[in-house]
Amino acid sequence: MGLIVTNWVRLSLLVVASLVVASCGSDQESAGEVLVSAAASLTDLFTEMEESYESEHPGVDVIVNFGGSPALREQIIQGAPVDVFASADLANMEALVERNLVGGEPQVFASNQLQIAVPSGNPGGVSGVSDFGDDALLVGLCAEEVPCGRLAREVLANAGVMAAVDSNEPDVRALLTKIELGELDLGIVYVTDVMASEGSVEGIAIPDEVNVATEYPIAVLSDAPNSDLADDFVSWVTSDDGAAIVAEYGFRLP
Amino acid sequence: MVVLAGLGLALFVLPLIGLLGRVPWADLPALLSSEVVTDALRISLIVSILATVISLVLGVPIAWVLARVEFPGRSLARGVVTLPLVLPPVVGGAALLFALGRRGLVGEPLYEATGLLLPFSTWGVVVATTFVAMPFMVITLEGALRNMDLRYEGAAASLGASRGTVFRRVTLPMVAPSLVAGIVLTWARAFGEFGATVTFAGNLQGRTQSLPLAVFIALESDRATAVTISLMMVVISLVVLVALRDRWWRTT
Amino acid sequence: MVADHLRSLIARFTVRRSETFVVDVDLEVGHGETVALLGPNGAGKSSVVAAIAGLLPIDSGRIEIGGLLLDDPAAGVFSPPEVRKIGVVFQDFLLFPHLSVIDNIAFGLTRGRNRAEARSIAGHWAERLAVASLSQQRPGDLSGGEAQRVALARALATTPDVLLLDEPLSALDVTTRAEVRRLLSDHLSEFGGPRLIITHDPTDAYLLADRIYVIENGAITQSGSPDEIRLRPKTRYAADLAGANLHEGSVSDGVVSVDGHPVHVAEEVPDGRVLLAIPATAVSIHTSAPGGSPRNSWSTSVERLEHLGPRARLRTGGPLPLTAELTEAALLDLGIEPGATVWVAIKATEISVEPFE
Repeated sequence: MGLIVTNWVRLSLLVVASLVVASCGSDQESAGEVLVSAAASLTDLFTEMEESYESEHPGVDVIVNFGGSPALREQIIQGAPVDVFASADLANMEALVERNLVGGEPQVFASNQLQIAVPSGNPGGVSGVSDFGDDALLVGLCAEEVPCGRLAREVLANAGVMAAVDSNEPDVRALLTKIELGELDLGIVYVTDVMASEGSVEGIAIPDEVNVATEYPIAVLSDAPNSDLADDFVSWVTSDDGAAIVAEYGFRLP
Repeated sequence: MVVLAGLGLALFVLPLIGLLGRVPWADLPALLSSEVVTDALRISLIVSILATVISLVLGVPIAWVLARVEFPGRSLARGVVTLPLVLPPVVGGAALLFALGRRGLVGEPLYEATGLLLPFSTWGVVVATTFVAMPFMVITLEGALRNMDLRYEGAAASLGASRGTVFRRVTLPMVAPSLVAGIVLTWARAFGEFGATVTFAGNLQGRTQSLPLAVFIALESDRATAVTISLMMVVISLVVLVALRDRWWRTT
Repeated sequence: MVADHLRSLIARFTVRRSETFVVDVDLEVGHGETVALLGPNGAGKSSVVAAIAGLLPIDSGRIEIGGLLLDDPAAGVFSPPEVRKIGVVFQDFLLFPHLSVIDNIAFGLTRGRNRAEARSIAGHWAERLAVASLSQQRPGDLSGGEAQRVALARALATTPDVLLLDEPLSALDVTTRAEVRRLLSDHLSEFGGPRLIITHDPTDAYLLADRIYVIENGAITQSGSPDEIRLRPKTRYAADLAGANLHEGSVSDGVVSVDGHPVHVAEEVPDGRVLLAIPATAVSIHTSAPGGSPRNSWSTSVERLEHLGPRARLRTGGPLPLTAELTEAALLDLGIEPGATVWVAIKATEISVEPFE
């Protein structure tokens, strides 16, 4: 029995030790790193931004974590070691500002509008916002808790449509995927998402009078482990260089 | 040894204590009776029980064939059945979509012919949940069937029992402990299932939003509801696991 | 109704067990006969049981009871085990662990009957085998002897045509073995049909069987009455069995004697017929009258010598012919030759005595 105990103790000490070393190791490497949490709808935009920035600033590793804005916000509140937050709406950024988690002033670097997305070929024969009330179609929206979902519901309210929703997807990318696959007949996503899909979904415009826009703020967080590099990154995003890429992906400039 | 066991146990107990610390005890009755919670509870209970029953009906024959019948490709079949255990649930859900979705391999002709659609329906949740949970039943039972002393079946046959009678009166009772373990594991997996469900069946309160989905959505905006549902899931699971362990896991 | 002498079990078949091992037997067990299939482990005995019970299809030949074909590959006939009316008492008993004793016994009775009826018939058999008081217990709680009775009751309860007993006594300890041997002896003769006992123990074969088939390496090497096998062994193995020195004797007024010659034993035995077993290794050979403790000692001549490598086997003459085993070295040291006069000595404690009825 003694030998088994000794071996177990040795093994577990080894495991614990390697975990400690691993985490220490990553701390050492954070000298040239910027960790960004960005809203799901910024996926394609920020992927390009990351590549551009890294090629102009060799030695710096930009790591982007995409997700629903509320989920990202929650992670930051719970202490995630994030440097920069780019939210899909002002409200989620405000929530961090209220808790003194934001370093400087958040800056709006892009804005977006909503659009109806349908599978390529428009099998459901969708023509406009009123089709969201059609029981016979498979209707998808983002969950109300994420910005995309809240905004979509504003649009529908503006248009006076009672939506017959079949699924509230957790984030806009999940919604887009199901539309792309043809599993849903229609959904409301961002204009930029339709653009980024490069033809795998088709867009149908929402009339300006009922459409809503969202603004994307970006800010360095007050507890950022790499605040200097983070400041650099944010400045670049809001610079002309960044703005050019923003426009390229279909976002509007502030 | 004891110290290590204690550390391991702490890993399980600490998150529960953390959860208990966040429960809004005063608001609990109101939260528990809110529509979001009762809808999700109803769906989770119905789906997890249905998935367990289907896993029994289909899983027992599968386990028996894998354990007792020699056929070419048996190892491959065993691997395929085990696959959902290893795959990330979301991948499982995506695969189900490709097969049974509206534009799926089987789903499309099925839809054209009968108008039957699994995604975005409660039956879709049942299918996704059964897909990820049934392997637990099969694996547990197959092991027991393979390790069973086959001579008992021979003895039963010598006493005049037909193959069906042998299975019913000798084989099944002799693997009963594993069968119960399989049922418990299957139900537990089904109850906690999230990834395959949200990917295949979508998320709609009252129709496809099970308790795990409700927690995930609520976590982002309504912490109180999220904690309430989490607490409810922990309590239900503990009750089931402890009750079954004590009463049914006695060896014969 | 088929005449008694026609209701025999005939098993004449071959079955391949592995690349190199084929079982090829020709057995007949008559109605009202107890036959033993005696052989060392690995001889193929279990295969014979399995084939007759229907758990192992044969490759060629046939198995029939009273003219009714059970297995005949050439004719395309195979009766599955559940249809054959063969009662089997298995080695290790194989009592269903999840059923009570009474439900075990009733197991084969439930077809066409309700539970109560089956249990009542089972209860009757439990009484006959003296296990009625254990009815509600589980097999796990039974002693070896009790489990053996339950297994026998279970097999007999279905009133089979043939009774097969696979190593019925090997799972038991020595004292229980004697008691159960007596039990078997009683019940076997009561059971009307053919009885086949599979065993590796010559004492079991001798005491329970009317005829013995000796099986080695998958084939029958000798068959005959127990005495024939004992006195005229045809193979080494049979001769080894003979080396077990089995002798019938009788007890009168507490004195054991074989062919009139008194034998001192260490047990108290009731009057009547007995079977004595004297291991060949317990017979010591001396060139002059030995002193010391052995109670059994007499002078005799060496009839036969067998050299078996480092061991030698020696057969003595009267008054009680015995096979003795010694080392080749001892043989040389003592300078023993066939025809020489020697003294034998056997400790009373080495002799086992069994009542023999």
